[in-house]
Amino acid sequence: MSTADVVSPVTAPGEHHAHSGDGHDHGHGHQPHLAHHFESYEQQFDAGKLGIWLFLVTEVLFFSGLFCAYVVFRVLYPELFAFGHLFLNKELGAINTVVLLVSSLTMALAVRAAQLGQRQVLISMLVVTIACAFVFMGIKYVEYTTKFREGLFPARYFAPTPEALLHAAHMIHDAQSHGAAGHAAGDGAHDEHAADTSHGHDAKAGDHAHEEVNKNGLTAAEQAMVDSVKVPANAGLFFSIYYCLTGLHGIHIIAGIAAISWILVRSIKGHFTPLYFGPVEYVGLYWHLVDLIWIYLFPLLYLIH
Amino acid sequence: MTAATIDHTGHGHDAHGHDGHAHHGHGHYPGVPSYSHIMPLWILFAVFASLIALTALTVALSGVALGTAEIFVSMGIATIKALLVAVYFMHMRHDKPLNVLICTFSLVFVALFIGLLLFDSMEYYPNIAARTYVEMLDKAK
Amino acid sequence: MATIVENPSLTGGSPGAEPVVDNYLTFTRGWKSWAFTLDHKRIGVMYLCATLGAFFVGGVMALLLRSELFFPGKQFLSPDMYNHMFTLHGAVMTFLFIIPGIPAAQGNFVLPIMLGAKDVAFPRMNLGSFYLWVFGAIYLVAAIIFGGLDTGWTFYTPYSTTTNTSVILATTGVFILGFSSIFTGLNFIVTIHTMRPPGMTWFRMPLFLWATYATAIIQVLATPVLGITLLLLIAERAVGIGIFQPELGGDPVLFQHFFWFYSHPAVYIMILPAMGVISELISTFSRKHIFGYRFVAYSSIAIALLGFLVWGHHMFTSGQSAVSATMFSFLTFSVSIPSAIKVFNWLATMYKGSISFATPMVYALSFIFLFSIGGLTGLFLGALSVDIHLHDTYFVVAHFHYVMMGGTLIAFLGGLTYWWPKMTGRMYDEFSSQMAAIGVFIGFNLTFFPQFVMGARGMPRRYADYLPEYEFYHQLSTIGAFVLGVALVAAVGILVRSLWTGPKAPANPWGSATLEWQCSSPPPHDNFATTPEVGDPYAVESVKWSDSERGYVKNPSYVPSKDH
Repeated sequence: MSTADVVSPVTAPGEHHAHSGDGHDHGHGHQPHLAHHFESYEQQFDAGKLGIWLFLVTEVLFFSGLFCAYVVFRVLYPELFAFGHLFLNKELGAINTVVLLVSSLTMALAVRAAQLGQRQVLISMLVVTIACAFVFMGIKYVEYTTKFREGLFPARYFAPTPEALLHAAHMIHDAQSHGAAGHAAGDGAHDEHAADTSHGHDAKAGDHAHEEVNKNGLTAAEQAMVDSVKVPANAGLFFSIYYCLTGLHGIHIIAGIAAISWILVRSIKGHFTPLYFGPVEYVGLYWHLVDLIWIYLFPLLYLIH
Repeated sequence: MTAATIDHTGHGHDAHGHDGHAHHGHGHYPGVPSYSHIMPLWILFAVFASLIALTALTVALSGVALGTAEIFVSMGIATIKALLVAVYFMHMRHDKPLNVLICTFSLVFVALFIGLLLFDSMEYYPNIAARTYVEMLDKAK
Repeated sequence: MATIVENPSLTGGSPGAEPVVDNYLTFTRGWKSWAFTLDHKRIGVMYLCATLGAFFVGGVMALLLRSELFFPGKQFLSPDMYNHMFTLHGAVMTFLFIIPGIPAAQGNFVLPIMLGAKDVAFPRMNLGSFYLWVFGAIYLVAAIIFGGLDTGWTFYTPYSTTTNTSVILATTGVFILGFSSIFTGLNFIVTIHTMRPPGMTWFRMPLFLWATYATAIIQVLATPVLGITLLLLIAERAVGIGIFQPELGGDPVLFQHFFWFYSHPAVYIMILPAMGVISELISTFSRKHIFGYRFVAYSSIAIALLGFLVWGHHMFTSGQSAVSATMFSFLTFSVSIPSAIKVFNWLATMYKGSISFATPMVYALSFIFLFSIGGLTGLFLGALSVDIHLHDTYFVVAHFHYVMMGGTLIAFLGGLTYWWPKMTGRMYDEFSSQMAAIGVFIGFNLTFFPQFVMGARGMPRRYADYLPEYEFYHQLSTIGAFVLGVALVAAVGILVRSLWTGPKAPANPWGSATLEWQCSSPPPHDNFATTPEVGDPYAVESVKWSDSERGYVKNPSYVPSKDH
C-alpha cells in the first residue's frame, strides 16, 4: 500500500459519496469498501461475520444476568410472578410479538435484497423494519405509562393504586370462575371482562351521585374485592425484573433503530453490492437477536399461569 | 486469495448487469459470490407463518391450566421459535460451523452460569427462610 | 507522545546516512495522526502510555497506604480516607492497568505483527476501545473527585447500595472499561481466526497468540456479565430495584455470584497474557525451542475454560451453600494443573539451554519464582477449612499480589523490555536495567512476603489500624514498598532515557524466531513490505548473531526440521 493511497483515499468512479477522510480504509482504490488490511471481500465478510457473532455472544451473556435473576426469583418466590403478571397486558404483549416477528421478516428480506443487489427492495424493507421498531416502542410506551399511573414501580417504590388492585382482583376472580366452570380457553373471556371493568369505571363516573364511594374512589363492593387481593411480600421485585428485562430490551430496540437507519442511509447512497453487503447482514443478525430475546421475554413475563 | 478477489469482482460487475432478473433464479443466482447464501423467498415466508402460528398457540395455551408443565410448554414453543429465527432468518443453516459453534458455546456458558447459581440459591435458601422465621418469632414476642 | 514522534530526527544516536525507511512512528505527523490513528501499533503505544500512567497513580496510592501503616494508629489518613484509598488503588490497578496492560498495550502492538497481518480485523473498533478506556478512566477520576469510593473494588452489596460515596460514577466507569476490554478481545479472536497469512497454521502461532486468544475468549464471555451486574447495581441505587437488597426481598449473595462469575475469570484475563509473554521470553533467552509447545498452547485454553468454573471460591464464607463450596473448592484445585504444566514446560525449556540473563529474562525468572509462590498459596486458599481462617486476611492480599503483581506486572515489564527495541527502535542500557529488575524482585518480596506471615497470624485486610504485634511486619512491608517503587520508576526511567541516548536497535536484537523480529525496528506502517515467511516460531537456530548488524540475522545454513 503506498503512502498516497492512505493520505488521499482514492475513491472509485461512481462512488462519489464514499467515506472521505478515513485514511485507513480504501487502500484498494479499485475495490470500493474493501479495507486495506483485507485481501479480499470474502475475508472481510468472514471477519465481520465472526465479529458480529461474537458480539451477539456478548449480548446473550449480557442478558443472561437478568434471565438468571428471573429464574432464581421465580423458583424461590413463584407467588410473586403469579401475582405480578396479572398487571401485564397480554394483548399488547402479543401484538408486540407479532410486530417484532414482522420486522424480523422484513429484515431477512432486506438482507436478501442486499445480497441480490436490489436497492429499492432493500430500502423499502429497511423502512418497514424501522417502522415496526417504532410501533413496538410506542406500545411499550403505552404499557409503561399505564404501569406508572397504577403505581407499579420497581421494588422500593412499588405502591399499586386501588384501581390497579381492583383490576387484579377481577383477573383473579376470572381465573377462579373459569377453573370452577371447567372452561378451557379463557382468552376471549378475559377480554370481555377487561371490557366489563372499564365499562364499570365509566358507569361509575357517570352515576357518581347514586353510589357511595370511599376515599379510594371505590364502591363498597369494589373495596371488598380489592381487600380480598393478597399482595405477596416484596411483590415489587417482579416489576423490578420486568422493568430491567423489558427496559434493557427496549434500549436494544432503540440501538437497532439507529443501526438500521445507518444502513438505510448507506443503501440510499448505493454502497451495497452483491459483493459488499456485510453491514446489512450484520445489523440484520443483531436485529434478529433482539427479536429472539423478546420471543423468550413474552411468555416469561406475560403468559405466566 | 488475490485471484479469488479478482474473480469475485468480475462477478460483481456481472451482478449489476443482471440486476432485476438475477433473483428469479432457481437456487443459484448469477453474480452472487460463494460466501453469500440467498435464502429462497418461500422459506422466509413459511418461517414467518410458522412463527405467527406458534405465537398464537402459546397465547392460546396460556389460558389452559397446564400446571407445572406450563413453563416447559411455553419455553419449548419459545425455543422452537428461536431456532426457526436462528436457523433461517439468521442463516445459521448455511453459516460457517465456527459461528454456530460459538453460539452453542455461549449458550453452554449461560446454562452454566444460571445452573450453578440456581443450584446454590436453592441450597442456601432454606437457611434464609429459617432465619426469617426465627426473626419473625422474635418480633412477635 | 510528541517526543517519540520527533525522536528519530533529533537524536544523533547512530550517525551516518541511513536510508530513509518507512516507520510507523514517523509515517504521518501531528497530534491528529495519533489521536485518530487506526494503526494497531500506535494504538498499542497510546495504550501503553495510558496504562503506565494509571499504574503510576495506583502505585502512588499504594505507597500512601503503606506509609499510613508504618506505625499503628492514625498517621495522616483517616479511616475513611484509608477506605477510599484502598478502593481506588484496587479499582485503578485492576480495571485501568492489569486487565488492559498486556493484551491491549503490548498485545495490540505485537499481535498482528506476530501473526503476519497488516492490522487487527477491526481497526476502528480498536481505536474505539482505547477511547472507551479513556472515558472509563475519566469516570473513575470523577468518582474520586465527587465523593470518592469506599466499597472496595468488588462493590459488594448491600454496602455499595447504601454508602453515600459516588458508586454510580465509578461503576459507570467500570462498565465502560468492560466494553473497552470486550472490543479488544473480540478484535483479537477475529484477527486470529481470519487474518492469518498462508502458512500460519494454528500450531505455528507463537504461544503469546494462544495466550491472548484464550484471554480474548474470557473477555468476550465473562465481561458482559460484569456489565449487567454493574448496570443492576446502578439501577439498585437509582431506582431501588431490590434484586440485591435483602429488605426488598433481594439477595446480596446473588450479587457476589454475578460479580465473581466475571471477576474470577478476569484474573485469568490478567495472568494468561503474562504467561504468553513468559513463554516467548524463556525460549528466546534460553536459545532453545520451547518444550511441549502443544501442552503450553492447550493449557492456555484449559485455564480459560476451567477459570469459569471456580468463581465460588471467593464466597466460601459469605453464605454460599456447603455443597457448592465443596464443589468449587474441588474445581479450584483443577486449575492448578494447566498452570503447573506451563511452569514445568518453561523449566524444561531452560534445561540445557544457553541462558542469557538479559533484562527480559531476569523478569521471566522472577515471574516463575513469584508466580509459583502465588499459585501455590492459592491452593491454601482454595482449601475450604484453611480458607475459613485465612479469608479476608493479609494472606489473601499477599497471594493475589504475588499472582497479579509478581505475575502480571513482572511479565508486563518483561514484555516491555523485550519489545521495547521493536516499539521504539532504541536499545536501552542493559546493565542498569538488569539492576532495576533485581531491585523490583527484592522490593516485591520484601513488601509482600511479610504479608503472608501477618495474614497467617490473623491480620485482617482493609484495616487502617493494627495491633502492635504486627508492627514489625508492616514496617518491613512498607520499606519493601518504597524499594519496589524506586526500582519501578528506575526501570521505566531507563527505558524512557533510551529514547534519547539509546543506540539504534537492530531488527532482531534477541535472536527470536517469531515474525515481529523479521520486520525492521520500529516496524513500517504496514508491518511487512512483503508477506513474511512463516516457519516454526521457536526455531531459534534459524537466526544467528551478526556483528555488523549488532543483532541476529537469518541463518543461511538453517534447514527446517520436520518435527515442528
